[in-house]
Amino acid sequence: MSLQAKIADVFNEPGCDKNQGKDAKARKKGCSKPLTPGAAAGGCAFDGAKIVLQPITDVAHLIHAPLACEGNSWDNRGAGSSGSDLWRRSFTTDLTELDIVMGQGEKKLFKAIKTIKERFDPPSVFVYSTCVTALIGDDIDSVCRRAGERFGLPVIPVNAPGFVGSKNLGNKLAGEALLDHVIGTHEPDDVGPYDINILGEFNLAGEFWMVKPLLDKLGIRIRACIPGDARYLDVASAHRAKATMMVCSTALINLARKMEERWGIPYFEGSFYGISDTSDALRQIAALLVRQGADAELIDRTEALISEEEAIAWERIAAYRPRLDGKRVLLNTGGVKSWSVVAALQEVGIEIVGTSTKKSTDEDKERIKQLLKDEKHAFDAMAPRDLYKLLAENRADIMLSGGRTQFIALKAKMPWLDINQERNHPYAGYDGMVELIRQIDIAVHNPVFAAVREVAPWDEEGWVQDARVHTPLPNPPPQGGRESVVMAAAFSPPLRGRDREGGSEVLTSPVFQKFAASGAGDNDDC
Amino acid sequence: MADIIRDLKAFSSNPLKSSQPLGAAFAFMGVANAMPLFHGSQGCTSFALVLFVRHFKETIPLQTTAMDEVSTVLGGADHLEEAIVNLKNRTNPSLIGVCTTALVETRGEDFAGDLALIRERQKELLGETRIVLASTPDFSGSIEEGWGKAVKGMIETITGPQPLRRNPRRIAILPGWHLTVADIELIAEHAEMFGLEATILPDISGALDGTVPGKWIPTTYGGCQVSDIETLGECVHTIAIGEHMRGAAEALKAKAGVDYTLLPTLTGLKASDRFVTLLARISGAVVPAKLRRRRSQLCDAMLDGHFHFGGKQVAIAAEPDHLYMLASFFSEMGATTSLAIASTGDNPILASVPAETVRVGDLGDFEDMAGGADLLVTHAHGRQASERLGIPLMRVGFPIFDRLGTQHRKSVGYEGTRDLIFEVANIFQGARVEPTPDSLNPFRNRETHHDSRSSPEPRRH
Repeated sequence: MSLQAKIADVFNEPGCDKNQGKDAKARKKGCSKPLTPGAAAGGCAFDGAKIVLQPITDVAHLIHAPLACEGNSWDNRGAGSSGSDLWRRSFTTDLTELDIVMGQGEKKLFKAIKTIKERFDPPSVFVYSTCVTALIGDDIDSVCRRAGERFGLPVIPVNAPGFVGSKNLGNKLAGEALLDHVIGTHEPDDVGPYDINILGEFNLAGEFWMVKPLLDKLGIRIRACIPGDARYLDVASAHRAKATMMVCSTALINLARKMEERWGIPYFEGSFYGISDTSDALRQIAALLVRQGADAELIDRTEALISEEEAIAWERIAAYRPRLDGKRVLLNTGGVKSWSVVAALQEVGIEIVGTSTKKSTDEDKERIKQLLKDEKHAFDAMAPRDLYKLLAENRADIMLSGGRTQFIALKAKMPWLDINQERNHPYAGYDGMVELIRQIDIAVHNPVFAAVREVAPWDEEGWVQDARVHTPLPNPPPQGGRESVVMAAAFSPPLRGRDREGGSEVLTSPVFQKFAASGAGDNDDC
Repeated sequence: MADIIRDLKAFSSNPLKSSQPLGAAFAFMGVANAMPLFHGSQGCTSFALVLFVRHFKETIPLQTTAMDEVSTVLGGADHLEEAIVNLKNRTNPSLIGVCTTALVETRGEDFAGDLALIRERQKELLGETRIVLASTPDFSGSIEEGWGKAVKGMIETITGPQPLRRNPRRIAILPGWHLTVADIELIAEHAEMFGLEATILPDISGALDGTVPGKWIPTTYGGCQVSDIETLGECVHTIAIGEHMRGAAEALKAKAGVDYTLLPTLTGLKASDRFVTLLARISGAVVPAKLRRRRSQLCDAMLDGHFHFGGKQVAIAAEPDHLYMLASFFSEMGATTSLAIASTGDNPILASVPAETVRVGDLGDFEDMAGGADLLVTHAHGRQASERLGIPLMRVGFPIFDRLGTQHRKSVGYEGTRDLIFEVANIFQGARVEPTPDSLNPFRNRETHHDSRSSPEPRRH
């Protein structure tokens, strides 16, 4: 299938809520909105494809491109690996001008695959096309096929050059690459009735390791978690799972639906963010497995585990109530997280002063509406300038968002917590939500915010405005004349004459009274 | 003279380079109220932006022409014009720095021609806003070249011709990209001490020094003023720092006849002496007492520090001028640069790097060949090599995303060199391994061939 056809196919995804709401004509137009030059933000399709596939840990990810695509972006995401660290190594053909002009790209790619095979012997090499290599027409499919035959390992072409669209489109094209070339290529010898797949879980900050023990306890086995901490063979045998949970719903919906179509694996959309969401996810996994032939007692065991774990989590969270009651949070993240963490926040008395509905589906928006009493608090997307204004005016106590808006909050002297991909703390599952509340507590109570919001005791030109920071001088300088001013200046910056009227309290210090007596003109000289 | 080795490899593993347009954008950020614009797909900008943010921990002004499939096929001039118009309307910058990327350069359009037409068509809207082009395809060069081209482009586009009278107290300083905010501040102080007015281009010290501006600013916070670039021709002399600034210095000479001195580095006793002497000669002033004191402090630091440097093997991977600066520093302190890897091979300074050979390569090569070294010196991506080899890493250059305060580290002049000596000596002291009976046994390793850390040749895997 050509890249064009593939993109059209991905856009026509029937599993997508948004798509279902469109008429035939709108659906045909696809989902990519034209970007505004000079006012666009966000990654490209290649970025999206790499995000989805790169956390597969034992694979060599080879970027067929000039330097920037990989050189400016490698080793930048905090996914956790329990095994190989090959995924953190960066491989790029680093095309030079000569390679492009002479058309040596394909040859170089072939050689690169050979060298990687010899040096690292990975179970597979993933090859990513990019803007330039797509533009000059390098046929990575053929090179991958030939290299695969020659070197005896699966070499997977990932066709998602940056210019075809957004990060989200790239996510889906990565899913297509897995469907076309990876999933179903390995037959596991240990298929069981409790095997599941998790799609769209990235294991950021290792957070899936907070959830996996819960599943282990229920005897549920992860056939493949894609892509977080995945191994190539797990992914290749994912078609033998009994059920699929899809975590990040917009990213890999096509993969989930097509796996159901092709191998009859039912899926549901769920989330491990939030307490009731985690419970709900466990329930749905159990129900699907039972429907697929697992013993029905699994449901009872799941319920028992849920009530036990929920009780512990709520109790731990409640301990934060006295410290967080009445605090105001601005959620600027979009998607599932715009509502999934709200319940836990409300449990400790936190007020949601705003939540972004960017990237949210209609269902997401409906849930936001139910959770928030005031609908006005849901906003689509906010320009950096407006966001800054809201925070600088102190209309929130903390912002939870992704790294992109981090410095808007910090420059507005507002506590901020990362809940997107670059975060350092794991927030999944029951423990994760407790951790989130703990991190909010740590952030909003940090003393630096109060300290940096205090204005400096002098004005822009260095004239002292606030006498509180000054103690009277041990030996007051002699009275009158220019000299006294100069001497006093050596002890403490002088107060400008015209600023005196505003602040009467500054005149209580004897030093300042002498300044006042000596005249504004003199002050300006020193 | 170092031999320069260029391997023809099929791929780069763990790149040492950052891309050329990133370097150009970096330079435009050293101009007040500027807005760098990448002419390419939105991903080119997003990657560079994220990397800048991770390094500087700042909001970074950087925009994209957002080339899509259609414009990639039909040409990007419309996107370029639309982006410039939108940027002017939304942020009203003093300067828009257009950095081309591999995507549009592979198409091979006439950007200078397009920009000339855009400037003409949008004359009224643009007003005082200047537009500068840096032709910076990702498929060649690195930060260094991008930075150099942007500065050269600004001088060629903005600086006026030689005025009737020069200002005998005004000098131009063209610093290389590898100098930090603190370095630029120090250089400015040096000029001030000699009673000189220095126009520093680019001046990242006002823009990327990490401040809280108190209001929302969509462009750069500060830096070199466009009006100061216009009048650079008034300067009595130019000091260019780093070989990659030669092009920009030449441009200023061609445009306004300003002579220049190129100092390849400002780090180390000799290099600092050269810099101070030059300032004294331009200004005709005596070297101030404060600097004489600093020099004495540096001499003492060298005496105290040399114990830790002597006999040490250092592996360095950096951009060419930065590599030269670091290797010269270590050499002056009695350490040996056992492995020198440069990101690109075209800078003539590489031949002068005090090392036997300089290899053009990446951090994959670095990791393969740095075994046996006492210290790794490169940017933060060297952390993987450091972990796997068990050798301490000193983070220098760009990007450094896992340490704070890198912009406030000094490495130029007497003061900066003094601090650098302390930093390195402290790393060596921290990594000291206490002797054990086995490690000192004269019969150790007799059979297994000598494989101890002090071997003169680094181990090659």
